[in-house]
Amino acid sequence: MPKPLTFESWLQPEASGLFCLPGKFHIDPHRPVPRAVITHGHSDHARPGHGAVLATPETIAIMQTRLGPECAGSFQALALGERVGIGGVAVRLLPAGHMLGSAQVVMEYAGARAVASGDYKRRADPTTRPFELERCHLFITEATFGLPVFQHEPDTREIGRLLASVHANTDRTHLIGAYSLGKAQRLIALLRRAGYSRPIWLHGAMRSTCELYARLGVDLGDLPLVSNADGKLPGEIVLCPPSALKDRWSRRLTDPVMAFASGWMRVRARAHQHGVELPLVVSDHADWPELVSTIAETEAEEVWVTHGREDALVHQIGLMGKRGRALALVGFEEEGE
Amino acid sequence: MKAFADLLDRLSYSPSRNAKLRLMADYFRTAPDPDRGWALAALTGGLPFSFPLRRTLTQMMDRRMDPVLFRLSRDYVGDTAETIALAWPAADGTVIGGQEHRTSSPSHRAEGASSTPRRAEGASSTPRRAEGASSTPRTEGSGAGGSSPMRGEGNAEMDLRLSDIIADLGLIGRNELGARLEGWLDRLDATSRWALLKLLTGALRVGVSARLAKTAVAEMAGWRVAEIEEVWHGLAPPYTELFAWLEGHATRPNLVGTPMFRPLMLSHALEPTDWAALDLAEFCTEWKWDGIRVQVASAGGKTRLFSRTGDDIGHSFPDLIGTWSFDAVLDGELLVVRDGAVAPFNDLQQRLNRKGVGKKQMEQFPVHVRLYDVLLIAGEDLRQLAFSERRVRLEAWFAGVRPRRSDLSELVQARDKAELERIWAGTRATGIEGLMLKRRDSPYVAGRPKGLWWKWKRAPLTLDCVLMYAQRGSGKRSSYYSDYTFGAWRETATGGRELVPVGKAYFGFTDEELLQIDRWVRNHTSDSYGPVRVVQPGLVFEVAFDAVARSTRHKSGVAMRFPRIHRIRWDKPAAEADRLETLLAMIEA
Repeated sequence: MPKPLTFESWLQPEASGLFCLPGKFHIDPHRPVPRAVITHGHSDHARPGHGAVLATPETIAIMQTRLGPECAGSFQALALGERVGIGGVAVRLLPAGHMLGSAQVVMEYAGARAVASGDYKRRADPTTRPFELERCHLFITEATFGLPVFQHEPDTREIGRLLASVHANTDRTHLIGAYSLGKAQRLIALLRRAGYSRPIWLHGAMRSTCELYARLGVDLGDLPLVSNADGKLPGEIVLCPPSALKDRWSRRLTDPVMAFASGWMRVRARAHQHGVELPLVVSDHADWPELVSTIAETEAEEVWVTHGREDALVHQIGLMGKRGRALALVGFEEEGE
Repeated sequence: MKAFADLLDRLSYSPSRNAKLRLMADYFRTAPDPDRGWALAALTGGLPFSFPLRRTLTQMMDRRMDPVLFRLSRDYVGDTAETIALAWPAADGTVIGGQEHRTSSPSHRAEGASSTPRRAEGASSTPRRAEGASSTPRTEGSGAGGSSPMRGEGNAEMDLRLSDIIADLGLIGRNELGARLEGWLDRLDATSRWALLKLLTGALRVGVSARLAKTAVAEMAGWRVAEIEEVWHGLAPPYTELFAWLEGHATRPNLVGTPMFRPLMLSHALEPTDWAALDLAEFCTEWKWDGIRVQVASAGGKTRLFSRTGDDIGHSFPDLIGTWSFDAVLDGELLVVRDGAVAPFNDLQQRLNRKGVGKKQMEQFPVHVRLYDVLLIAGEDLRQLAFSERRVRLEAWFAGVRPRRSDLSELVQARDKAELERIWAGTRATGIEGLMLKRRDSPYVAGRPKGLWWKWKRAPLTLDCVLMYAQRGSGKRSSYYSDYTFGAWRETATGGRELVPVGKAYFGFTDEELLQIDRWVRNHTSDSYGPVRVVQPGLVFEVAFDAVARSTRHKSGVAMRFPRIHRIRWDKPAAEADRLETLLAMIEA
């Protein structure tokens, strides 16, 4: 019997990102490479300048809208669940539940299966398909919220807190900082699902991503721009990128209640640092219980951690009797979450 | 507990007074008795307990959670109690504790038909008990289940009541606290766990003063806070009779024989036009002492010392009121006095805002009350009498009682305005804060009535300082850099010059000037930390302040008293701003 290959013999963390040797492709590289598999459309994962890009049709649409139609030499769309062979590696994309079009990358080679999660969450999200679990030998996970203190609240509770505050403060605008791609659309969809049917006002920077979601089939209702408003919008909900919360831009609103939707809002010092009055714990990343249970459910014998708070998670993986390894891949941002 | 926890949570993030009042009034309107009364006690610092939790918490977490994971969490969060509240593991030893959102089962198929969320099961939650927690294993990652019930989130029937917790705390011994606390934490959500731990330590720190909490209670009923203050010190938690009275179900609580706070009469700052129009013959003049305004109330053998806002601060001054027993309500100034001489305000500062007070401090900073008015004597309300009549009654009363460590504030005599102006001009040299002018015929009116009492402060000191850091304000000012730290020049060891921060101010400028400074800050930022921007040295403020004292808490070694932006010197180059030595020379001996 030949000794089974080590995972390192065909999957390697390189300076530009995770590299699959037999397939000759990188996953979410942060520098231009000949061939890239892109898990989702956030700018720290989907960068311009690659020779060929393989991704879900939604991710390709997002890249072409945000980075330009020529942002890669060529595009190959792979629908979720479909299989393609690349240099002897069978590659599939499975839903990751992170945002519209987000995918995990399943790679089968020499009798072993590895799954690179990309960014993911396990909770229901009306704007994207739910995460699908795949049993595997090697699981390559993110760890943005890799500390036991991160246990995100149920999103229904956070939306309930927001709406209660809106009802109690009809003389003030509620200004919510949210990442423009993914988080903003999920928030709007959650508000709609909670029965909020009034217009939701947008900062100009949010317009193109919301229109893109609508084009890709996610209905978000009436989304007028703040710049077209007649008054100072008391009693209304306004969404803006997090950076606009501290900007002079917010002065056009009525004594705004500053809110911020992010997994970081669970920690008080972080919420105070942003100076927000209403922190909303709404995250598109797995929290600690989700990370740990996902690792257990994959039944992987070895787990690599790409980015985030990896020291605690690698320690936890050891406690679970598995081999853990921190890849410390560079180029991923966590602040926008 | 949940409603109270949510209140504390929202208060801790609400910068504006109005938002805080609104949150509290909503809570007091909807929360049941006696929970709301205990909440009011907590917000006014009136809970009858506080527990030193450090050891209890450490032991508890040692049993519950892997020490490496706890340490990493604690390092990130920066606060032990908050870390515990956030990371609190379930009682069965699984940190990950099968919560409500474990969804999809393993599948090799892409369609993912099996991945339906199972969140609904949380509704059937039963609270978990902490019994046997000490025998449970440390954190393990194997608890992937998803079959265990979610912890007491949001289920009203299962919600622990604040009043139940308070009642239990009164019954248990100190060594039982750990076990009881574990049981509670198991039943609460993260926000409630955080609130409970804050409650137990006795310090909420959510930016609410006792006065503001009482104001919220008053506004809830459409009353003025003064009416609450008048009865407050005769009441005890959970204040059911107070709420019954406010809501019209009962009469005013009867409080004869209890020393109580009476709202103070305040003065206006004297402007040059006021001085010009003033007829000196109608006024009495006193020195304006640089201490803190206090009210002494003594009745039924008990004596209380109140701050100007009605907070009972007597616990810090047993050396002062411990021996006092009479039947009167008096108005005066709390000072540190040594050998008959008033010490600088900085000395008094060493005795303020302290929970306890040591013997050494009492000897080093002996306190004293200088009396200048009287409101009640032996149950007789004197507030309608003229100031001059009250003064006669005060002098007669003082001659008879003479409480230790007190004296009367002398009346300043001046033949005419010119002489009084000379006296006023000399106040800085004598270490006095200025003069008080009180109309002879003025009754004692609560609040700040116009034209009866004037404060005529000595001219402020000023220093040209360089803006160093600007911080975003709160509430209406949250998009403006409105809080300024400024510095003065000092020589470095190598012969160069550096700015050292000497103070911080956030008022003294107009809205228009605020806009201009804000723009300047944004255009001259060299670095930023969270809400704070570091700016290039280029903007000079003429800072006015009442005094300056040595301080070990500041890098510069000095602390300004009451600093404010006096003028913005757009014209002045930063290099020509003042030096630290100039400020040091202004320290009063």
